[in-house]
Amino acid sequence: MNQQALIAILLLSPLIGFFLNGVRFRSTNYVLAGSIATIAVLISFICSVLLFLNLVDLPPEARRITANFFEWIAVDKFKINAGFAVDQISSIMILIITGVGALIHLFSIGYMHHDKGVTKYFAYLNLFIFNMLILVLGDSLLTMFVGWEGVGLCSYLLIGFWFNDSAKAAAGMKAFITNRIGDAAFIIGMFILFMTFGTLNMHELNMLAPTIAESSWLGAVTLGTMMLFIGATGKSAQIPLYVWLPDAMAGPTPVSALIHAATMVTAGIYMIVRLNGLFIVAPNTMMVIAIVGAATAVMAATIGLTQFDIKKVLAYSTVSQLGYMFLAVGVGAFGAGMFHLMTHAFFKALMFLGSGSVIHAMHEEQDIRKMGGLRKYLPITHATFFLGWLAIIGMPPFAGFFSKDEILWKAFSSSQGHILLWAAGVLGAVLTAFYMTRLMALTFWGKSRVDKSVHPHESPWLMTVPLIVLAILSVVGGWVGIPHVISEQIGHIPNFWEHWLEPVIRKLPTVVEGAHHDETMLEWSLMGISVGLAAISALTAYIMYTKKEGASDKVAKAFGPVYQLVNKKYLVDEAYSAGIINPLIEGSKNLWYYVDVNVIDKATYKVTDLVRGGGSFVKSLQTGNMQQYAMYIGIGVVVALSFVLMR
Amino acid sequence: MPETNMITTIGAEHYLVLSAILFSIGMAGVLLRRNLIVLLMSIELMLNAVNISFVTFSYYSGKVEGQIMVFFVMTIAAAEAAVGLALAVSIFKRFKEVNIRFFEHLKG
Repeated sequence: MNQQALIAILLLSPLIGFFLNGVRFRSTNYVLAGSIATIAVLISFICSVLLFLNLVDLPPEARRITANFFEWIAVDKFKINAGFAVDQISSIMILIITGVGALIHLFSIGYMHHDKGVTKYFAYLNLFIFNMLILVLGDSLLTMFVGWEGVGLCSYLLIGFWFNDSAKAAAGMKAFITNRIGDAAFIIGMFILFMTFGTLNMHELNMLAPTIAESSWLGAVTLGTMMLFIGATGKSAQIPLYVWLPDAMAGPTPVSALIHAATMVTAGIYMIVRLNGLFIVAPNTMMVIAIVGAATAVMAATIGLTQFDIKKVLAYSTVSQLGYMFLAVGVGAFGAGMFHLMTHAFFKALMFLGSGSVIHAMHEEQDIRKMGGLRKYLPITHATFFLGWLAIIGMPPFAGFFSKDEILWKAFSSSQGHILLWAAGVLGAVLTAFYMTRLMALTFWGKSRVDKSVHPHESPWLMTVPLIVLAILSVVGGWVGIPHVISEQIGHIPNFWEHWLEPVIRKLPTVVEGAHHDETMLEWSLMGISVGLAAISALTAYIMYTKKEGASDKVAKAFGPVYQLVNKKYLVDEAYSAGIINPLIEGSKNLWYYVDVNVIDKATYKVTDLVRGGGSFVKSLQTGNMQQYAMYIGIGVVVALSFVLMR
Repeated sequence: MPETNMITTIGAEHYLVLSAILFSIGMAGVLLRRNLIVLLMSIELMLNAVNISFVTFSYYSGKVEGQIMVFFVMTIAAAEAAVGLALAVSIFKRFKEVNIRFFEHLKG
């Protein structure tokens, strides 16, 4: 089939699904709604696979399929096409989006079947997939921005899906407004890049990027990329704009899996990888990205240690893992960032869906203190979650190990890297191992603390099948990018991932002194350190939360105020309220009272007074006294005549 | 000074001055008098003052249009007098007086 037609079907299929469900959104027929939506995404997935196979057939340098559907905007030199491009990077993204998306749609049929808004839910979900595909495939920054805003809208709609609960509606608004701050920076970034390069086409931007790195902080490329990165911190939940993501857990759990773990929140990383030719010549921006990523990875992980809501733990874990990806792209390891993006999509979607299965089984209970011992009630959920757990804590040979190790190695060895960045990454890994083991232990292992009135039950096949598929992917997903040091030992398995991305990714030189042998030794030992520490950390957590009753409370007490601070999420929300939101509200109130009421309103009142006063003066001339009128006429004639005569 | 001489010395200025004087008298009457009948007479005076100037200009410029205009003015003046007197009658019927101030009641 024609490749352009494939792209069109890929994009339109979820949109049609959205319309089919959207026009009958009051229906409660969950089978019909779910089938339409799932099939729509499945068609997209098939198109993605076909496009991927088409790409594979092409020679590596020419792997780029473009489709220009129409000219969207044409103002003088500013021309934007409704153009879409499938290349090495976006093909992976569309496979993840439609593949994981289809699984999550399937899961949703089981999860949402009792909900009255089920048809509306599936309509939103399809709309999200459509927008996400626009974001990923759009070949210019502006087309990407359309999808960028579109997924933001769907995120808002789905976080506030149960909008009768005002807290959930507020969480939706928080996400939307926080994203808006980032979006403003994104737009400014686009302005700067267009002013500098005269195009917004990402392929051209990468080509036009200067060849020499820009050392100034105020250079056009540095400023432009910095602004785009600020946009990315909004969408991908990094410091300082991460605060919306934990609240976004108010949405239905499959939404958290799809939007707030696997796809939308990775848009920022995708955008940076897309423009890697530009970012790589802005080392200052790269440094900021790496530091922000590392700081987010550690900070979010520490908050994850103290949360008791199963979804909140996973949310902070997501923030932390996204931090890893930013660390990767910040040190120039764009391939590693994308790699972690993919493996994370597998195991985090798995864990969110697993938590959804748990919540479903526990009748909407999300507090892990009221769980425990669920292994025997939910064997499939437990088994799949277990594999996801091994993947996220980076145990070889599960998916997370390869991607995380790649990032840590690059953080250490890249010319943009630093030993402190590596150390932060390892610390993050250790913390991740701890809180994830804690989550496993409190939820599935140990003694049951389940309320007597609740009878947990395993979920139906609609929900377990996606779990099983994702669990398999979480195990094998990392095998496409086995690092050289390991493949040397186990029979030269090529690193498909690097080969695949090589033509579209610019690389930074590695700076490790010494011969090849030393480098290999170093990589092995660093790998050993991170895996070893993570394993010890996981073991400690396991003992603390299953074997020794009350040990965790003692530790919490020992840390006292520190624990409280972390548990309260470093009071960041409160600080934002006190530092930004309340001053804004107060300032607005003052503006309202002093400027609006006292200046603007008064000014308009003065104008009306003037008109009214003038009117009453003119009114007084109309006395009804004919002789007065006659006099006015006489005076008028005299004035007019004298004017004519004097001239 | 012989009589013919005197007549020939009467030029356009004299007629126009007369017209202006009559017009001013009429105007003063319109502005100052309160009686509606007198008012109508004053208007008649003003119209005729204008007629004099029309005829004067017509005569001295040798064009006939000015004199034609006078007939129109006289016709209009007749019609105006009819309407004005009718108003005067209705005012008198109502207020037993023809004072101009009663017209103030017509004000919206």
